[in-house]
Amino acid sequence: MLLEIRDINTYYGNIHALKGVSLHVDQGEIVAVIGGNGAGKTTLLNTISGVMHSRTGEILFKDQPISRLSPDKVVRVGISQVPERRQVFSTLNVLDNLLLGAYLRHGSVGKDQIRRDLDFVFEIFPILKGRQKQMGGTLSGGEQQMLAVGRGLMAKPELLLLDEPSLGLAPLLVREIFRVAGELREHGTTILLVEQNARAALHLADRGYVMETGEVVLEGRSEELLGDERVQEAYLGAVGS
Amino acid sequence: MQKDGWRRHQVSIGIGVFAIIIIMLGWIETVQPGGFKFADITGGIVTFDTLVRVGILTIVVVGLNLLMGHAGQISLGQAGFYAIGAYVSAIMTTRAVNRGINVFFPGAVPQDWWWWPWLMILAGMVITGTIAYLIGKPILRLKGHYLAMGTLGVGLIIYILFREGSTFTGAFDGIASVPRLAIGSFEIWPRERYYFLVWAVALTVMWLSLNLVNSRVGRALRAIEGSELAAQTMGVDIEKFKLQVFVLSTVFASIAGSLYAHYQTLVNPAPFGFVGSLDLVIMAALGGLASIWGAPFGVAIIFVIKEVLRTRLHDFLHGAGGEHEIIVFGALLVLIMIFMPKGLSYGVTRAVAWFGEQWLARRGDGEDIESQVGQVA
Repeated sequence: MLLEIRDINTYYGNIHALKGVSLHVDQGEIVAVIGGNGAGKTTLLNTISGVMHSRTGEILFKDQPISRLSPDKVVRVGISQVPERRQVFSTLNVLDNLLLGAYLRHGSVGKDQIRRDLDFVFEIFPILKGRQKQMGGTLSGGEQQMLAVGRGLMAKPELLLLDEPSLGLAPLLVREIFRVAGELREHGTTILLVEQNARAALHLADRGYVMETGEVVLEGRSEELLGDERVQEAYLGAVGS
Repeated sequence: MQKDGWRRHQVSIGIGVFAIIIIMLGWIETVQPGGFKFADITGGIVTFDTLVRVGILTIVVVGLNLLMGHAGQISLGQAGFYAIGAYVSAIMTTRAVNRGINVFFPGAVPQDWWWWPWLMILAGMVITGTIAYLIGKPILRLKGHYLAMGTLGVGLIIYILFREGSTFTGAFDGIASVPRLAIGSFEIWPRERYYFLVWAVALTVMWLSLNLVNSRVGRALRAIEGSELAAQTMGVDIEKFKLQVFVLSTVFASIAGSLYAHYQTLVNPAPFGFVGSLDLVIMAALGGLASIWGAPFGVAIIFVIKEVLRTRLHDFLHGAGGEHEIIVFGALLVLIMIFMPKGLSYGVTRAVAWFGEQWLARRGDGEDIESQVGQVA
């Protein structure tokens, strides 16, 4: 198991946002967490990445506890988050945005290694290559999402956390982003994906979890979830019989 | 990445040009070619004294630039840290002996203790930095307006402590007869000598800051300004960086405070209150929050506006005195903020680009006309 979450409880002040959530992610798979607004999906990712801390419970990454680490330490152990709404650095150009992704690796690895990683990002998102000098804020929504994913990849993570990559994107772009996510799996990157777009997410993922109001209510293989009546009714828009 | 080498040159060239201008102005004042003084250039409105003061405040404003423009944090209490530097220098070079703090010599600083005031400038930096570190740790968790209010409060507390410090800080009267700085028997006075000292420090501070901004640290700071969440998920330790920049900016303020104390030879609470902090923020905003180069210009323009208003206002408005300057001052600021919200350095760059385009366009038209004329002929 690459990532194991055991019974975590996270609060915003008095609001109990995650209620005893447990899940795991194995090496090399894509796991989707689906659910509506306010289900706690983003809170879950923020708790993993250390932006928030759980009050109780445990998070293990490669069998090491990471639940008390600060965000920069979590990046150091090999988890990189692509935050919700992309959060591209709008006053920095595309190249600087990407270099920031490799922020912790400057000095520890050579410049040529970072150069190679840049080339890899440009290979999967060719559109970014021609825009290296453009300010992040002037990119379109889809390009910003690509930049955000590319920036996450520059940290060379073993586990990539994707928060709502389809948010506000045209269907064609959503397909493009998900295609790249599938490609990354081929390259050996493990992905934990949080999505409202349940259909696209489950078609891509190997396994899935369904969250409602801070709890995991259902889990299983993607095909099972896609076939599940409750999932169909609540998230896939099927008309109940 | 390849750009790094070029950028480093850019900084050195810029600082070099700046230094030459500073040296030339200083040279005019020192040598007075043909009995021509600096004040004559400006028709007596801007005096050489102003240039020294601009240099001192530039040091503070560069710190604010790093903090506000690059790390995206605000400080409305910077004058407080400026005050700490000034008071540490003033107290330790005058009355420390009476208070049992300084046991080394009685009364005034003796001649062969010329290094003592310099050491106290360093002490001021350390004390200010330590205080800023202790205050910054909790206060920098605040964001936006809350941070503004928090730093405002800190600045006011420091101000009030100095104002109410009775005989220790001299209360409203402050501390008089702060000695001049000297190296051995070489006194850094008259004013021209002090001018060179102040600007040497200011240029060093600018040079350090420019190099910082163009480094990996600078990129991390701009990331924090852009989005703290995203910066965190990139592995930037935002709390550490915010604290370090805050401490650095207050240390700059402290150096400037000490230089002010030894220039003015008198320190009282008046310039260190809320208005003092606000002036500093306005200077930083005017020069361009994210522009280190803008700092001296922001400071200079505010000074010049103040001087002009003070000396010329009564000509326009009969009976108007210095107290009316604040009105004109406010109106000017509103105009600048509306038309150049990113500050003068940005506004001027854009204006130059615009004029350049106009010029090119006009020249292009001219050629067209010529060619048309040629065709007709």
